[in-house]
Amino acid sequence: MTGFSVVGKPLPKVDAAAKVTGRAIYADDMLLPRTLHCRILRSPHPHARILAIDTSAARRMPGVQAVITGHDLPVKFGILPVTQDERALEHEKVRYVGDPIAAVAAVDEETAAAACDAIAVEYEVLEPVMSIEEALAEPKGERIQDYGGPNNIHKLVALEFGDVEAGFARADHVREDVFFFQGNTHLPMEQHSAIATYVDGRVTLWSSTQVVHYVHRALAKVLELPMNRIRVIGASHGGGFGGKTDPFAHEIIVCKLAMLTGRPVKCTLMREEVFYAHRGRHPVLMWVRTGATRDGRITAMHFRTALDGGAYGSYGVASTFYTGTLQTVTYDIPAYRFEGCRVFTNKPPCGPKRGHGTPQPRFALELHLEKIAHDLGLDPAAMKRSNFVKPMTRAVNWLRITSCGLDECAERVIEASGYRNRTRRRGHGMGFAISSYLSGAGTAIYWNDMPHSEVQIKVDRGGVTVYCGAMDIGQGSDTVLATIVAEELGLQPADIRLVTADTDTTPIDLGSYSSRVTFMAGNAAIQAARRMRGLLVEAAVAKMGRAASEVEVGAGRIGDFSFEEASVLAEARFGTLTSAGSYTPPKIAGPYKGAGVGPSPAYSYSACVVELDADARSGLIAVNKIWVAHDVGRAINPLLVEGQIEGGVYMGLGEALMEEQAFRKGLHKWPSMLEYKSPTFLDMPEVETFIVETVDPEGPYGAKEAGQGPLLPVPPAVCAAVYDALGVWIDEVPVTPEKIVEALRRKEKGEPARFGPARYPAIPYPPVIKVEPPPKDLDRASTASI
Amino acid sequence: MTRDVERVVVALDVNGERAELLVPVHKTLLEVLREDMRLTGTKHGCELGECGTCTVLVDGRPELSCLLLPVQIEGCAITTVEGMSRGSQLHPLQQAFAELGAAQCGYCTPGILLSARSLLESTPRPSRDEIREALAGNLCRCTGYAKILDAIELAADRMN
Repeated sequence: MTGFSVVGKPLPKVDAAAKVTGRAIYADDMLLPRTLHCRILRSPHPHARILAIDTSAARRMPGVQAVITGHDLPVKFGILPVTQDERALEHEKVRYVGDPIAAVAAVDEETAAAACDAIAVEYEVLEPVMSIEEALAEPKGERIQDYGGPNNIHKLVALEFGDVEAGFARADHVREDVFFFQGNTHLPMEQHSAIATYVDGRVTLWSSTQVVHYVHRALAKVLELPMNRIRVIGASHGGGFGGKTDPFAHEIIVCKLAMLTGRPVKCTLMREEVFYAHRGRHPVLMWVRTGATRDGRITAMHFRTALDGGAYGSYGVASTFYTGTLQTVTYDIPAYRFEGCRVFTNKPPCGPKRGHGTPQPRFALELHLEKIAHDLGLDPAAMKRSNFVKPMTRAVNWLRITSCGLDECAERVIEASGYRNRTRRRGHGMGFAISSYLSGAGTAIYWNDMPHSEVQIKVDRGGVTVYCGAMDIGQGSDTVLATIVAEELGLQPADIRLVTADTDTTPIDLGSYSSRVTFMAGNAAIQAARRMRGLLVEAAVAKMGRAASEVEVGAGRIGDFSFEEASVLAEARFGTLTSAGSYTPPKIAGPYKGAGVGPSPAYSYSACVVELDADARSGLIAVNKIWVAHDVGRAINPLLVEGQIEGGVYMGLGEALMEEQAFRKGLHKWPSMLEYKSPTFLDMPEVETFIVETVDPEGPYGAKEAGQGPLLPVPPAVCAAVYDALGVWIDEVPVTPEKIVEALRRKEKGEPARFGPARYPAIPYPPVIKVEPPPKDLDRASTASI
Repeated sequence: MTRDVERVVVALDVNGERAELLVPVHKTLLEVLREDMRLTGTKHGCELGECGTCTVLVDGRPELSCLLLPVQIEGCAITTVEGMSRGSQLHPLQQAFAELGAAQCGYCTPGILLSARSLLESTPRPSRDEIREALAGNLCRCTGYAKILDAIELAADRMN
């Protein structure tokens, strides 16, 4: 790499010192004068009508300043415009254990909790619906939501690209499999927390959120205030992984209570409440049928998914599409049919978790292809590689592939791990899998034509301040912004001041979800910084009397002048020095309903090999090492990219081996950090990371996403390695010892050597919408648009 | 305060400074540090002693402040993350964590820094497995632990 001064360097994060000294202020660290504390009364029933709520005893308690119910906040909201189905407090019906019913603001938390206990709620308990199968069946009682498909179905989709039947007809081998991916939760170390004030008719909310803009919109709707009367500020963020990407009830509640009491009101969820707030990984049942030629080339694929959505919509419609959309950006599938279904159940709502809707089908797809390779007597890795997509192509479902380092990623991990010449002995195995993820969703959550990210820069007497709505959730987006602006202005990241994630003072960025910030805010920052650089250079040129092309920018200098001197010259010449940049993704979606989910300006690619020892007697697995390669386009900061990759692999391993959000009679089985198992220092193997740089034509300096993709190949690689070690297929995650032992027992008895779902249920999918594949001459590069 | 709660005066030695406080007897050290002393560098993750986020040092040993009552530890030297650096000079562990990207969201970081400091004081050159063992009670959801291990090794090298 040439020509960069700070891009590509492993520099510390701009907020590193604040984080290692305890100076960073998270939402719960804030305590404004006269702050009241809020607790929320939640439903003890998974499904019930609310007949009456009596708050009189609670209101009489000394220290209680306000008690509110759904009557105070009746307007419904939801992250997606099509599923405005939530209330901050529910006064008609509760749909999961933990659904909020009433909230108290009191002088301290204990008083607020005691007041919640004093609220009497009369319920008519309804029959709960607790599984995909139950949700598909005729309801025994009232359905959970009053919209969606038949029974308790929320959403059905059916799309076909190309001629699938013809594809199967020309296959030499056709195989069907059923898989299940259990739900799991984000488990951020920081519980959700929010604190609000109401001063001079204006609401200000500090929150642990990934999406200040979407919270802003939801507050305006539910509080019935103009957006200019509401300010949302992202506090230092203690981890999200998708779990703080919805607007949440407690965020709305503290604003309402602040409006009623005129005092600051804070609500921090208890850890148990975080498990019920959830919005995590959907449990997904999957059926996949693929045709392949004798030499392993895919001829057609038919993919069916059934998502257990929990009680509300959340991101669920998008999640449903995501379970079917990205299969085509890794493998060249000439004909593809996808049928998806999301159901409502009386459990906490599911939503986006790292990889949003794609780790589940990736798990199924990778294992399914692994099995086809075994059927055909082919090496699984080689067979997969023979089907890889090529750069600068369009997939059959119109998704536009630009840079693609998939084959290089595969080669790097196969080579480094010795996968081809691995030791063959019982109990020892290696598994290979690949994946891809978006560099930001190509369409906004609500339909609009505005930019997805905007950056403003102010230069004043040598000081540079960057304003952007992007929320740093620990992934380092502030550092990326500072690095880019420093690169363009010839400074160091530490020279840049940042104002981010504040709806009053920063221009919009849609938020930290779908791995979009580096790509979108990064491009906006480059544009803003180049405009500022133009002003500084022009002023320097005028003074120096030389051509602009002779002015060097770098090492804190603009031509003959220090940066500070140049900024004074420019301010004298142009007045106040400001510049702005923005980024709008290209309009590349296909011409069909549902095409808005899946397009991204660029896709990352990743590959991994897992090496493990599996004990046939106990079923215990010891993962020894994981090799992972990730095509990030360009690593703007390789230290941060490695951190994202290692964190993604860790989270994928947790999902593969132990993490499980499961329920018994409506109650979470393990709503604590001890019982909900997540990998500790002792569970985490060494991870060898390879950064692959393909320099994407549209990414900032060629960068693509880094934070989500590397999670995805880990669960299927673990299962492939278990098969390699013991000769049994575990077709569902988490892969627990008892499942391995049971699969081995079945194998000994001569039954199919697998553990997994026995069958896929009958689902009333609608007739498929047939979509012509894109024409061959559609486009090849960055100017593509249709 | 609105209800009858038994209160006690406790004298705590936190980061070398003595403070006398009137606190409800059942209030945990974690709550007293964060709410009464406004030392919010110590974080809470689970409220039940499961995650290690609230780790502080008590006479040099890592302890979970969410499971301690102030009356139990009067007279002991308590160290929180605010007491790790000397003036504006970061502790070598803090320096290494910053340099190597060992803090992502940073929420578990104070607890991990203190567990690591205790380890390095008793075992100046720990093996990677010894670090894993000593830190097994501290959960982190961001890093996959890799950069934390690297940073502790770097700090140990520099301190020796």
